[in-house]
Amino acid sequence: MNTAESFAKLPVAPKPPLRRFHQARWDEPIIFELSAPGRRGVAVPGPGAAPVELPASVRRAEPPKLPEMAQLHVLRHYLRLSQENLGVDLNIDVGQGTCTMKYSPKVNDRFAGAVAELHPLQHEDTVQGVLEIYWRLERMLAEISGMARVSLQPGSGSAAIYANIAMIRAYHAARGEGHRDQVITTMFSHPSNAACAKTAGYEVITLMPDAEGLPDIEALRAAAGPRTAALMITNPEDTGIFNPRIQEFVDLVHEAGGLACYDQANANGILGITRARDAGFDLCHFNLHKTFSTPHACGGPAAGACGVSEELAPFLPGPVVGFDDGTYRLETPAASIGKVRPFLGVTPNIVRAYAWIMALGGEGLRQVAETAVLNNNYLMHRILAIPGASAPWGRRRVEQVRYSWQELTEETGVHSEEIGVRAADFGVHYWTSHHPYVVPEPFTLEPTESYSKEDLDEYADILAHVASEARSDPAFVKEAPYNQSVHKIDMTSLDDPGEWAPTWRAYVRKHLS
Amino acid sequence: MTGEPAIGLVVNPVAGLGGAAGLKGSDGAAAQRAALALGAVPRAGERAARAVRALLSRRPGARLVTVPGPMGEDAVHAAGGTCAVIHPPAPPRPAPGLAEADGPMGARLVAGTTAQDTRRAVVALAGVDLLLFAGGDGTARDVLDALRELGGQAPPVLGVPAGVKVYSGCFAVSPATAGLVAAAFRPGRTGEAEVVDLDEDGYRRGLVGPRLYGTVRVPEARAAFSGRKTGSSGTPPATVEAVAREVVSRMRPGVRYVLGPGATTRAVGREHGVATTLLGVDVVEDGRLIAADVPEAALFDLVRPGKTVVVLSVIGGQGFVLGRGNQQISPRVLRAARAPLLVLATQRKLAALRGRPLLADSGDEDLDRRLSGHVQVITGHRESTIYRLRAASEEYDG
Ligand SMILES: Cc1ncc(COP(=O)(O)O)c(C=O)c1O
Repeated sequence: MNTAESFAKLPVAPKPPLRRFHQARWDEPIIFELSAPGRRGVAVPGPGAAPVELPASVRRAEPPKLPEMAQLHVLRHYLRLSQENLGVDLNIDVGQGTCTMKYSPKVNDRFAGAVAELHPLQHEDTVQGVLEIYWRLERMLAEISGMARVSLQPGSGSAAIYANIAMIRAYHAARGEGHRDQVITTMFSHPSNAACAKTAGYEVITLMPDAEGLPDIEALRAAAGPRTAALMITNPEDTGIFNPRIQEFVDLVHEAGGLACYDQANANGILGITRARDAGFDLCHFNLHKTFSTPHACGGPAAGACGVSEELAPFLPGPVVGFDDGTYRLETPAASIGKVRPFLGVTPNIVRAYAWIMALGGEGLRQVAETAVLNNNYLMHRILAIPGASAPWGRRRVEQVRYSWQELTEETGVHSEEIGVRAADFGVHYWTSHHPYVVPEPFTLEPTESYSKEDLDEYADILAHVASEARSDPAFVKEAPYNQSVHKIDMTSLDDPGEWAPTWRAYVRKHLS
Repeated sequence: MTGEPAIGLVVNPVAGLGGAAGLKGSDGAAAQRAALALGAVPRAGERAARAVRALLSRRPGARLVTVPGPMGEDAVHAAGGTCAVIHPPAPPRPAPGLAEADGPMGARLVAGTTAQDTRRAVVALAGVDLLLFAGGDGTARDVLDALRELGGQAPPVLGVPAGVKVYSGCFAVSPATAGLVAAAFRPGRTGEAEVVDLDEDGYRRGLVGPRLYGTVRVPEARAAFSGRKTGSSGTPPATVEAVAREVVSRMRPGVRYVLGPGATTRAVGREHGVATTLLGVDVVEDGRLIAADVPEAALFDLVRPGKTVVVLSVIGGQGFVLGRGNQQISPRVLRAARAPLLVLATQRKLAALRGRPLLADSGDEDLDRRLSGHVQVITGHRESTIYRLRAASEEYDG
């Protein structure tokens, strides 16, 4: 036995300054590959609840092709996968800037579980409770954004942005202004804004940042005109810089006859501080899985919410929940764009977001924003003390910062991606930036309100350590990671529709048959 | 014979020598000698070795083919790899006076490699599926020359950045990335990238001016560590083809289009179905090539006032749209055209300007000032931006 590692002597030796992390590697197969015919897990019904026999008319003729597994094997499988992962519950997840990885209180999962048995086609009279939650959450988000009505139907932020652009298109068409065929966005707005506008048939004008790191307002002046359908903008932008002239942006677009649409997916720095409608925006959206703590669910379903002014309310996706005479009813708005996903919305996430807001109240929401901003500025102070790290444009940031390792890279040849991968050897990670990289050698950190000062110190210490490794032994950092489940991933298949396989069925079709 | 593609490697061992010495380039024996005297250490071999190491880590069975000594073989060995070695017809020999230059150990080895050696090595390795070369823009030009000699036999290439100036689009962002891209390379999947270079003498004196020399075939560009964000789909990178598609969709009958030099403008010709030139100025109208590679006087005669649109690509890393490699489009041509410029650039090219404006240096400062302001720049199909254009004279006067 290695005596240095022995715990026989008390008190226990102090831990080293940086965690000696090592990720598990289980070589775990995909769950479908673990299936064996006839294996079963059994959930015994609780006392008093008589098992419901489904009528033959709605029963499947054939069982679904799900993996057949024993309970222990299911548990083991997912625990192993969780050990091969880094998630909010396991690491200091401040490195996924713009994604707002905050803690999702476990108690809210229990509330969400309470609606799991509902069927989306149940009659309104039998689901008044859940409709009330939709109604009340809508009212709360309307209050937070200043908007008149809110749809909770979208299953993601991008779906909400798409619903917004579809409403913008319908609005102009209804006014005989269908010739408006351009959407203006900015380089540091989330790229889903440009992508959704394009998918909806618009030509996209992307404003580049000026020398101050802000979208060039003179360029907006030149861009806005009779062809402008809308401005779709994130603020604070992905840089964490709040556009101090946002009001002028909105006014310029209004003067040209366009609508202003605010991407508030991540409203974490402004909750209870600014409101979209107060700045004149006509539409906005929230990601409930960012700002309101519901899980991101690894690509979904998550939940988005579209807020609109009185004027745009008739175009909302349907159904929405109406309240009349003490009863909640499903209603389809008069000029609805239709559905952006089936049924009413992602109900478990609606319940979670509702519970989260109810637990915090108005003051609590504002405190979330204040704490997130404080945390971000503390972390920025720590990061900027690392030689080789910088925050271009030197402005104060709101809830996140897009930093740069340019100086370190120039001195060592080590790139930002490589530093991020080496950080994973200490149990944390970060995301760089969308493409193209406008900030050179970027990394984007967003601490939210969830993390303690100790967490932020640990994170900053890890980056400082890796940066100093890059100076003393660049080749070592470039070969990282050493303590991870997977070393280097070939991402090319993610760009190739012939290869990617988001489901088992697609995998079988594309790769096994 | 295995199914492994053959990857060639050529190193320009003197690339990058001038950078550390602040000489803004390493072209010419005098600059190399000066750099060595200032204690510069050759690093191109080391950077090539880094690329090879990354390649072998991903593809241990990769088949490497190279030329002897510091021009390739040494780098493969330094990376712990093995390779086939082909001897070009005339082995590298020192230029007079250079081998004796004072410098650290490695410098003696590399001194005397010339542009000719690079070209000979590329020709010797013509049979590979993909050729990696380590160097800078000057090296890329030598490679381009050799590829032109080879014509249809020329393999695709990929630059390992090791020079002082790496403005050309044929370079990977880092040596390791070059290795990883090579590892993922599948024959047949290629795109086109520009080779540009600065006049080093001018650059040393602070008079920057990139010139487009030509294009080479490169592996289809894919970020090796793209750091992508799961679950968020960005717009696909706007490609030159998408820009060309947009320009063609905007073309109107009866309007003359003057296409300046550049790979983006040539793609417009291709999309339009006419064989325009890469380095010359061409005129198209109604799907026909009216004139190719026209000199200034002829161009002036072809301009029909109010019915002529000048289409320009942004060349290189400095943001020039006028006055660099397209002097045929003279002030009087621009005045006669009387229509707004149509400027083309990918978002990536604009991002590389880091907020600096586009520059016009037509030769007439008044005209440059009149052209300046905010111009629409086409960045993709149905995608554009509004970007600041300045008179170069004002930009440099501050
Ligand atoms: C500002 C912003 N808008 C929109 C989105 C898109 O949201 P989703 O990933 O749910 O589609 C994101 C997600 O990263 C975002 O950060």
